[in-house]
Amino acid sequence: MSDLTTQASHMATRLRAGEVAALARAISLVDSREELGSQIHRAVRPYAGQAEVIGITGPPGAGKSTLLNALVAAFRNNNKRVAVVAVDPSSPITGGAVLGDRTRMGEHTSDKGVFIRSLAARGHLGGLSASILKIIDLVDAAGWDVVLLETVGAGQSETEVAEVADINVVVNAPGLGDDVQAIKAGILEIADVLVVNKADSPLAQRTERQLKAMLQLRREESANVPVINTVATTGDGIDVLLSAITELTRTKFKSSKNKRLLDRVRRLVAQEAAAQAKQVILGDQNPATLALFEGILAGEYGYEEATVKLMSRRYAQAGCG
Amino acid sequence: MEKVFPNVTGTPVRALITKIGFDGHDRGSRIVAAYLRDAGMEVIYTPPWQEIDAVVQLALQEDVDLIGISSLATDHLIVPELMQKLSDAGLSEIEVFIGGIIPEQERPMLIEAGLGGIFGPGSSREEIIECAQRLAAAARLNKQKAMAVAL
Repeated sequence: MSDLTTQASHMATRLRAGEVAALARAISLVDSREELGSQIHRAVRPYAGQAEVIGITGPPGAGKSTLLNALVAAFRNNNKRVAVVAVDPSSPITGGAVLGDRTRMGEHTSDKGVFIRSLAARGHLGGLSASILKIIDLVDAAGWDVVLLETVGAGQSETEVAEVADINVVVNAPGLGDDVQAIKAGILEIADVLVVNKADSPLAQRTERQLKAMLQLRREESANVPVINTVATTGDGIDVLLSAITELTRTKFKSSKNKRLLDRVRRLVAQEAAAQAKQVILGDQNPATLALFEGILAGEYGYEEATVKLMSRRYAQAGCG
Repeated sequence: MEKVFPNVTGTPVRALITKIGFDGHDRGSRIVAAYLRDAGMEVIYTPPWQEIDAVVQLALQEDVDLIGISSLATDHLIVPELMQKLSDAGLSEIEVFIGGIIPEQERPMLIEAGLGGIFGPGSSREEIIECAQRLAAAARLNKQKAMAVAL
């Protein structure tokens, strides 16, 4: 065995044994796309798939972190061990970031039954981080019961969390937008549970009404999405939210876990394929490829057609090589 | 804008900027957090009044390379205890620096405790960033060595 393989298997053993330092380091290695990280992920992957993954998304300032803090407490009261993975944006200019989601979760820092990790999006769009699926696998394999996933403050189309989490909670704040916002496509559609946070605000009732009206206009299967009022700062409504999540876990989560794990693998492969294809195409100096690009400029092919030609040539080469 | 301070290690440095003790003046820590962010670091920022044990847990879970402590009202006196607890938790590779009001006669005690940098009033942005980059690079190296030794 190579040094790297030995190191990976050692780290995987420590991670599986519940050593927080090993999990924390493995997350860094995976997030930085290092080979060691990739090998650790492979080693622990078979043990993942037990945790419930719950996504929390919503616009900036809706109260996601505060709600998450209250939810952690609620899960802890039920003796669940809870991991939180919170994503904040990276600067497009310097790559730096201020990760401030822990600001509202201070009360859980010293609780050994809570693991909190802040991640920077590192230029990834969609509300999460490019390595999020692998990071969830690591946390899952380390034996945490629940993974709460907080997205960056989401606009209308940061719906990636829907593909990642088992259950999606979309947090709304009162007074943002009118009923036309509520019927637009996007973030509201992915909700398994809709929350109106800051429900003690005078505008909260109107927001609740708008969301319920929106649900009535939708396809039948999504019409029974619960709308729950919470005041995350006081804990009001958190018990109702927790029961809604628990109920969904019982029905949605348990019934189709294996299928969703396979879906998750499929997405990882698709994501990796896109990344690899991009690298190959950006570096491809083959005259035939350049001719293909010229052909697009000259109007001989469309982009789609040229891409298919390029990809099939690559596949053919791989087959011979 | 040009990248003025390239990352020394390829992947962003992870730094924790926090305050321990009872003092709540957090302007300085916020400014340093912004400096490090603009230098391309990922900064985990906490409000003031953190307990030492909480800072150790934070550093552990977030896998940071660097901890910056802001102290304006004698909180630097408990920094040696933080250093000891980091070491007890197996986190001695993490580098720590401090900024704020640190009386001259108490600096040797902090250096003795293993602090990598002390910044008083008037310190420039460039000095702070340069020191943070250097300490982070050292921490990364030590972490790699520690992982290899642990085998």
